[in-house]
Amino acid sequence: MTVARVDRPRRAPAAAARASGSGARSLRRRRRLTALAFLTPLLAYLAAFYVYPLYRNLDLSLRDYTVRSFVAGDAPFSGWDNFRTVLDDPTFGPAMRHTMVFTFVSIAFQYVIGLALAVFFNRHFRLSTVLRALFLIPWLLPLIVSASTWSWMFNSESGVVNYFLHFFGVAPVGWLTAPDWALVSVIIANIWIGIPFNLVILYSGLQNIPGELYEAAALDGAGAWQQFRRITFPLLRPVSAITLLLGLVYTLKVFDLIWIMTKGGPGDASSTLATWSYQLGFGTLLPRFGPGAAVGNILILIALVFGLLHIRVQRRQEA
Amino acid sequence: MKPTRRTLMAVATATLLPLTACGGGSGSSGSSSSAGGTYTFWDPYPQFDASSDWGRRVTACGSAAGAKLKRTSYDTTDLGNKALLAAQQGNAPDVMLVDNPVVSTLVEAGILNKTGDLGLDTSSIQQNIIGAGTIDGASYGVPIGANTLALYYNKKVLSAAGVDPASVKDWVSLTAALKKVKAAGKKGITFSAINTEEGSFQFLPWFWGAGGDLTKLDSAKGVAALSLWKQWVDAGYAPKDVLQNTQTTSWQEFATGDYAFGENGTWQLGNADKAGFPYGVVNIPGQNGGSAPVPTGGEFVTVPVQKDSSRYDVSKKIVGCLTSSTNLLATDTTLMYVAPTAAVQTEQVAKNAELKPWVAAVAAARGRTSGGLGTKYPTISQPLWTAVQAALSGGKSPQDALAAAQSSAQKG
Repeated sequence: MTVARVDRPRRAPAAAARASGSGARSLRRRRRLTALAFLTPLLAYLAAFYVYPLYRNLDLSLRDYTVRSFVAGDAPFSGWDNFRTVLDDPTFGPAMRHTMVFTFVSIAFQYVIGLALAVFFNRHFRLSTVLRALFLIPWLLPLIVSASTWSWMFNSESGVVNYFLHFFGVAPVGWLTAPDWALVSVIIANIWIGIPFNLVILYSGLQNIPGELYEAAALDGAGAWQQFRRITFPLLRPVSAITLLLGLVYTLKVFDLIWIMTKGGPGDASSTLATWSYQLGFGTLLPRFGPGAAVGNILILIALVFGLLHIRVQRRQEA
Repeated sequence: MKPTRRTLMAVATATLLPLTACGGGSGSSGSSSSAGGTYTFWDPYPQFDASSDWGRRVTACGSAAGAKLKRTSYDTTDLGNKALLAAQQGNAPDVMLVDNPVVSTLVEAGILNKTGDLGLDTSSIQQNIIGAGTIDGASYGVPIGANTLALYYNKKVLSAAGVDPASVKDWVSLTAALKKVKAAGKKGITFSAINTEEGSFQFLPWFWGAGGDLTKLDSAKGVAALSLWKQWVDAGYAPKDVLQNTQTTSWQEFATGDYAFGENGTWQLGNADKAGFPYGVVNIPGQNGGSAPVPTGGEFVTVPVQKDSSRYDVSKKIVGCLTSSTNLLATDTTLMYVAPTAAVQTEQVAKNAELKPWVAAVAAARGRTSGGLGTKYPTISQPLWTAVQAALSGGKSPQDALAAAQSSAQKG
């Protein structure tokens, strides 16, 4: 029906600008429609892969799902019951504490080590590129490979870590089997995995700091530490902020690493909200989708709070 | 380029195209599965490909029923959830093999047909084996075979430590044997106490061997069983990493030849012959002697509910074929399972005398979901394995761990 109009000869831009009032309006309308058309793929993508899953997850957590009502699709609305069940569960406290310790200790070490390595590699010595590439390996390995490898290394009977400690006269440590050590072990593995990410982003941030600043500082007599404190660190602040925020979101939801290494055990000594959510939903023979989804939503909420906090802090810095 | 209707149309078409393609795809696959002679078949045996004995048997049973079987294998822990999702979408498979404790969950979801309604004969199957798939007196599947746990022992290690395997009759004599083995510089026993269903499966022979009752986890009998395991780990008779052991890694430890005993299943017999040391098998002893009741393992052939009930005729033929006596013998030999019928068991033992202790163990075995537990079992099993982990790792005493487990099991 629009073929005739589509095929009419195009007007030159100058002519379009001089067009009558109604013509300009239709042009504006057309532009808006075109803009919308370009947005459609993105909107469709967001709706299909973000909005709908989030909505389903919320729906799951607000209904009383049993296996029967899950299949039949007639689960009754139960309000906040699932959230209440989860909050009353004796696993909630430890899982929350483990999530926070896991996240903040991981990030602190990842950031500090990543920054130290970035500054180190910024000096461009011989073989620095090769070495830097080697540091990326943890990032390139499939997580199942690195987690299984850590799990073997930490094995209390035949692990290489205990074998090594043995030479220093240290008694074998139950890295993954002692309640006090399990969380520490998964944190160590997670720090190792997260360093390359911090290294790469902070290194690229360092490249953007002009060299003249350091030259000027050196002329003024600033030492290496002062240069780092007065130039590198402040100028790196925006990059640091985004690194920390992304790291936070990545680390909050770490699941596979813990699941492969300890499954949240022994007991629930290393269970986090992420592993607990999976445990509830898929870890037993009788899935409990409602409470599982509730834990998942709590996790999303925590990530959201930190995200908003980050935006606020950034606005204040810019203002 | 100036925006025109042409670009608008192009963009709109480009975005709509994948959506319509998706719709068309799922629609056509749905219609073809009901119209053609293709039947879907799920099993938890990804280790067997189409050219394996099992794969060929499935294909043959499909052809015999006049259908083309499309077989898909899932990891056993994944199959139950996959089945629930498929049933929710209305495309459950025609025939499905599932691990026996999952049957009651699927029945609770209302997605399995009763064997009686399908007209399948299950009268020759041993009661304790079909028990796991029997809910309120009706059975919902036919066991393809059963496996269970016993103690493998390393003859070399035992004779070096001066232990006669025949002397292991109860917990006291077993612990005494472990002590001697340790004194001789070898390792005692390995098992799996991981925080998954496998851990509960391995703990149950000891729990039931003490006379424990799954509805009263923290009774003195349950505490005795957990204390036995804890005592072994604390004394170094069992390694600390039992907490991480799956049944496979536990077998790998036993296969190193350093361990005197390994608690493991029928399915390891093939590997045992390859282990490179002489081994024997004894039933798991009860606390005060005799064989402890062991949990049954093994899969059930089930027929999920379909909208189109005309498909059941062929599905029934496929199930009949897979579970006929002649095929059971071959199938259970392939899977290293004990057959669920007395007649086939006799044939199996006649062919392979090694299976004798296993047939005895299966005869004394119980379904985890039997005895009316059904879907209560999963809500008991999870706190139970958590308690085992808490006690063995030293986080809690066996008494406290089981008391916590009991209170969380009661909440459901």
